[in-house]
Amino acid sequence: MQRKRKLGRGVAVVGAGMSKFGMYKDKDSKDLFVEAFSEMLSSVDKGADPNDIDALYLGNFTNDFWVHSAHWGPVISDLVGLIPKPATRTEGACAASALAFREGVFAIASGFYDVVLVSGVEEMSKRPTEEVAEGLAMATSSYEAEVGFTFPGVFGAVATAYFEKYGATREHLMNVTIKSHNNARLNPKAQFNLSIRDTMNSKIARAEKKGEPVPTWRDEKEFLRDPKANPVVAWPMHLYDCCPISDGAACMLLVAEEIAKNFTDNPLYVVGIGQGSGRALHAADDNTYFEATRYAAKEAYEMSGLKPEDIQFAEVHDCFSIAEIIHLEDLGFFKPGEGYKAVEEGLTRLDGPKPINTSGGLKCKGHPVGATGVSQLFEVWKQLRGEAGERQVPIKNLRIGAAHNLGGTGGTCSLTILERR
Amino acid sequence: MEERPFSDISYAQFLNEEKLMGSRCKKCGALFLPPRSICTKCYGADMEWVEMKGKGKLVAFTCISVGPPFMIREGYDRAHPYCSGVAELEEGIKIVARIEGVDTTKPETIKIGTPLAVRYLHRGEADNMKTYLAFSA
Ligand SMILES: [Zn+2]
Repeated sequence: MQRKRKLGRGVAVVGAGMSKFGMYKDKDSKDLFVEAFSEMLSSVDKGADPNDIDALYLGNFTNDFWVHSAHWGPVISDLVGLIPKPATRTEGACAASALAFREGVFAIASGFYDVVLVSGVEEMSKRPTEEVAEGLAMATSSYEAEVGFTFPGVFGAVATAYFEKYGATREHLMNVTIKSHNNARLNPKAQFNLSIRDTMNSKIARAEKKGEPVPTWRDEKEFLRDPKANPVVAWPMHLYDCCPISDGAACMLLVAEEIAKNFTDNPLYVVGIGQGSGRALHAADDNTYFEATRYAAKEAYEMSGLKPEDIQFAEVHDCFSIAEIIHLEDLGFFKPGEGYKAVEEGLTRLDGPKPINTSGGLKCKGHPVGATGVSQLFEVWKQLRGEAGERQVPIKNLRIGAAHNLGGTGGTCSLTILERR
Repeated sequence: MEERPFSDISYAQFLNEEKLMGSRCKKCGALFLPPRSICTKCYGADMEWVEMKGKGKLVAFTCISVGPPFMIREGYDRAHPYCSGVAELEEGIKIVARIEGVDTTKPETIKIGTPLAVRYLHRGEADNMKTYLAFSA
């Protein structure tokens, strides 16, 4: 019998930082990490002394493959002056840094450490696209990769199964894309901080300037239906259904609850953490949900005593548009088969009752895979502290937010719930 | 009696021989494809080989325009997408495979539930031969 999970002692977040995400020619992952670290330090209201940091946990998927350099725990530790403090790298594909966060929480909850830096970093854009895709495909099951499945391909297959079971179509996926872009437009750290409408206008302006035929899209969906503007990647996943290739870093300072007020009067508390593992496509009993997310959610909800309806807003792992819809269901926000309708009705918009991916999500904020988990929690931090600027969730008394991170094709999933008291 | 170990290596050898082989738990009857050497349902370790009939239906698929390097080398690209999918076999078990005999340039015409029959795609020669599992619509 599995008992309810609990921490040995409380853990609080007292600082957070992230680099702007993007494709950088003139910066590498070390530069981006320093950017995130510096912002984290300056975000600690009463200040933090880096010498007090007991340990570093670093999420990173595959520097080994993309940067041809492995063993980055001590590299990053040295970079920000933490040597000889211990550094541990966590690998959970695209959920690598959610695992780093979780290990940091355990390290403090056990009583072993008091102050821990949890972080993630990934550099992808300096490789040719095929090599990036090949690296990502290393996180699918070997059976899938062997018969040609790519990352977008796995989610494309999931989409066809979902469409068949629930009657959704490509048009419903477009609602997710349009919403994500609208949010990202308000996020200065997003890789694509512009709406689909902005994109259309700039393409029209460029065509006019060059004297080329001017596109005549009537609305965003017509743009997204245009195979020239939005080519297929892995049917039914098109370019605008897929997250981009990104570089970036994010970090957070975790401390024991009893010393949190030494750092800030407004800490956030870790009230629920759950993690689950999932099967390969062929072994799942149904390809329209992720078993690992459901398990992670159950653990996090039970631990926190919260229900899905108590989560006021969430960042979910929208590596592909279909994924966002499925997570809405797996996390219990909407019933199975109802997620796409909720998005269509605008329930997940920034001004809706359940804002989802206020940052713009992976689709627009970017997805430097190993940095994504902590960067999602960075968004929860900003929102719960009322520091999200133009994209601030307009719900009064915002107290509880969550981040859902998914690794690979659902092999590793986590849900982390933070609370402002 | 087939004496090979219940492993991915044996599975690949069987594919080279144009046999789709899974393992079945003698204690509880659970069927596994690719084969497993222990039963993850009852944890029995007494398994037997079972040859699949190779008939099934399509339950999920994608037509990939931007493939990995080894598929690009086979000549697939944006103008020539390939199909990968999940086949549910008559034995009630699923497997991922290449899907042939469908129009990958018109993916909207490909239907879930399409009947499938197994095919073996051999690449390379002799000791370097590798066989990819496929199903044809
Ligand atoms: Zn058994």
